[in-house]
Amino acid sequence: MAEIKRNTNKIEISDGLLIPDRNENGLFSAWRISFFGALLILLGLIVFSPEPYFEIIKFIPDGLFNTFLVTISSIFFAMIIGLFTGLGRISRNPLINGIANIYVEVIRGIPLLVQLFYIYYALGKFIQVPSIIAAIIAMAVCYGAYIGEIFRAGIASISKGQMEAALSLGLSRPQAIRKIIIPQTLKVVLPPLGNEFIALLKDSSLVSILAVADILRRGREFASNSFQYFETYTLIALIYLVLTLFLSRMVGIMEERMKNAR
Amino acid sequence: MQDNIVVIKNAKKTFHVKSSDGSRKLLHAVNNVSLEIKKGEVVFVIGPSGSGKSTLLRCVNRLETLTSGEILVDNKSVTHPESDIREIREEVGMVFQQFNLFPHLTVLKNITLSPITVKKISREEAEKNAIALLKRVGLEEKKDAFPEELSGGQQQRVAIARSLAMNPKVMLFDEPTSALDPEMVKEVLDVMLDLAKEGMTMMIVSHEMGFARNAADTIILMDNGEIVEKGTPDQIFNNSTEERTRQFLKHVL
Repeated sequence: MAEIKRNTNKIEISDGLLIPDRNENGLFSAWRISFFGALLILLGLIVFSPEPYFEIIKFIPDGLFNTFLVTISSIFFAMIIGLFTGLGRISRNPLINGIANIYVEVIRGIPLLVQLFYIYYALGKFIQVPSIIAAIIAMAVCYGAYIGEIFRAGIASISKGQMEAALSLGLSRPQAIRKIIIPQTLKVVLPPLGNEFIALLKDSSLVSILAVADILRRGREFASNSFQYFETYTLIALIYLVLTLFLSRMVGIMEERMKNAR
Repeated sequence: MQDNIVVIKNAKKTFHVKSSDGSRKLLHAVNNVSLEIKKGEVVFVIGPSGSGKSTLLRCVNRLETLTSGEILVDNKSVTHPESDIREIREEVGMVFQQFNLFPHLTVLKNITLSPITVKKISREEAEKNAIALLKRVGLEEKKDAFPEELSGGQQQRVAIARSLAMNPKVMLFDEPTSALDPEMVKEVLDVMLDLAKEGMTMMIVSHEMGFARNAADTIILMDNGEIVEKGTPDQIFNNSTEERTRQFLKHVL
């Protein structure tokens, strides 16, 4: 069992890695170029060529709403599933442990698109649910497995001395997990969870295949009426890009804060 | 017999270890150890690394489970599978080499967590006790600090205060000064010495020979999972009868 040993009293000063630091590129970092580039092109198209771009923008907002609805609901349920899966994977109860392990193995082995079809169309044979509900269930179940892995790794990264200290103070295992292990795990898993959120936002475009009226679906509807495929999909790509770049920056800042808070 | 607070009878702890060539073998970390600790006694366990002293200590509050044998703390069996281990752990304080303070809690909350959660003491009372304990280890002004803001020696003193908050009958120390910078060792040893003077029963695994000589009532030398010799500091350091003891002391003193 490897254990990470932190020595808080040790001060390390060196010239650092030979790989260039992200921040060394200053004003012209890849992120700045992509983000502001995408934003400028997006605004430029809308302002200088309102026909058809402003038309498309007017057509899309409820799609944007659905995309956010699917993304946020899915990540919410996926996090709950993930937390229990992570706890299940470190459980000493062989039944719980087995269920959690099998869930992760099975779900990770099936493409998300197939899972979406499966829950909506295949299971639709037995229970019919609105497509947006099916989409949220499928995304939550799928991402629950990945987030479960993040939680498991997060819990494993907490030194085993923490559990031992809590147990020797008379706490029960569940108390120790709730009061000592989980609060520390949350801190560790926050940045990777942020990345999962971004990945989920992108993957939510898959739900358009179930006729959920997300951004992509609304774009498709516009394009098939107007035949302006190039313009529509350019705009949609730019919207996704601005959203994900913005969010990844937020995650980056959060990560930086966490590092400094340690 | 009544005044024995820790009784270890024929304790055996065996690990299955996988060696580098893939074969499994048995490692007898603790081999047939019997030991009695009286109330108020300060027992030092010394010996070369890998001799099983930490494992023996960790068996006393069942962080490791014995393979065979029995351990009693305050006449309650630690090793019986049906005994309430939490009840026993409340009475056995443990101080670790790596301190193991909870990094997400302030010093005060580190100390009050267990009294509030386990003993159901009110927050006010728990905090009052905690501040008194912090005063005792000389860290009253650090009550709102987080562990990472403290030096190693300060962290270890908080860890001792945290264990004391449960009013233990025995304190176990697992190499409490081994992870410290040399200039911080003394502040921790001073706290431990005070505890010993106040009559706390202590079982200490340590390499601080000078401290052992001053503070110990009994010193036990372990090697290969067995007790080689047991005696007062004077017997062990000056009049040892065992060749292995003299050989060990020659290397560490």
